[in-house]
Amino acid sequence: MSGNKSNDMRTPMAKVRGLGSSHEGTQHFWRQRLTALANIPLTLFFVGFLIALNGAGYAEVRAALANPFVALVMILFLISGLYHMRLGMQVIIEDYVISEGLKLATIALSTFFTIAVGVASIFALLKLAFGG
Amino acid sequence: MSKSPATRELARRERPLSPHLTIYRPPITMTMSIIHRITGGALYFGTLLVAVWLMAAATSQGAFDWVNWAFGTWLGRLILFGYTWALMHHMLGGVRHFIWDTGAGLEKHTASKIAWATLAGSVVLTLVIWVAGYMARGA
Repeated sequence: MSGNKSNDMRTPMAKVRGLGSSHEGTQHFWRQRLTALANIPLTLFFVGFLIALNGAGYAEVRAALANPFVALVMILFLISGLYHMRLGMQVIIEDYVISEGLKLATIALSTFFTIAVGVASIFALLKLAFGG
Repeated sequence: MSKSPATRELARRERPLSPHLTIYRPPITMTMSIIHRITGGALYFGTLLVAVWLMAAATSQGAFDWVNWAFGTWLGRLILFGYTWALMHHMLGGVRHFIWDTGAGLEKHTASKIAWATLAGSVVLTLVIWVAGYMARGA
């Protein structure tokens, strides 16, 4: 349909979508970078929060985590950080695990791990925020 | 398919090899790239420490005291110190990638300088964080 003389086997639709053979285009890369960007201020907040809380007792830590602003930023930190690390671990697995089945299994396991850590952490934060 | 005698002779003959890992002095950019991946992997499992700490705080005084005690032992502190460094190094390594994303800093010597800077910066930031932490505690 075009004057393109190369042996391009892609359909016109595939060219328009631009997703390539992975069917997801640059989505992985883009989300990796977006979460990386978000992680910078969120990590700095988390570290600063821990510095301020160093040596604090049970009641003080609970009160600090129950603060709405702290809880909100902590939840954002967890979501962005966990999403970012799941993407990163996927790349590590894809690089080193050769067997296709084992690759899929470990990536699935990594996703479960990520979600388990996230749900446990966020549930703890919500429990503290909504009255211990 | 069996190889012809000529092919076998070629395979047997000693041929020059390109420099390999054993005699290769890794450039700093390569080392920092490897460390970036290792710190990323460490931070992946390090999130368990965050989760355990949050869950303990939401559970009971006893659970919290236990986690606090574990984090406060010399081994706990060593792990948390390593965690801090991994976090700072991975963060600065990420900033390095953002600089490269713009097309800047890719020249060989510039890239090496930035790589050294991420290493130095991560050590300095880690020390600053721990000094600040101990000062906040007043101990």
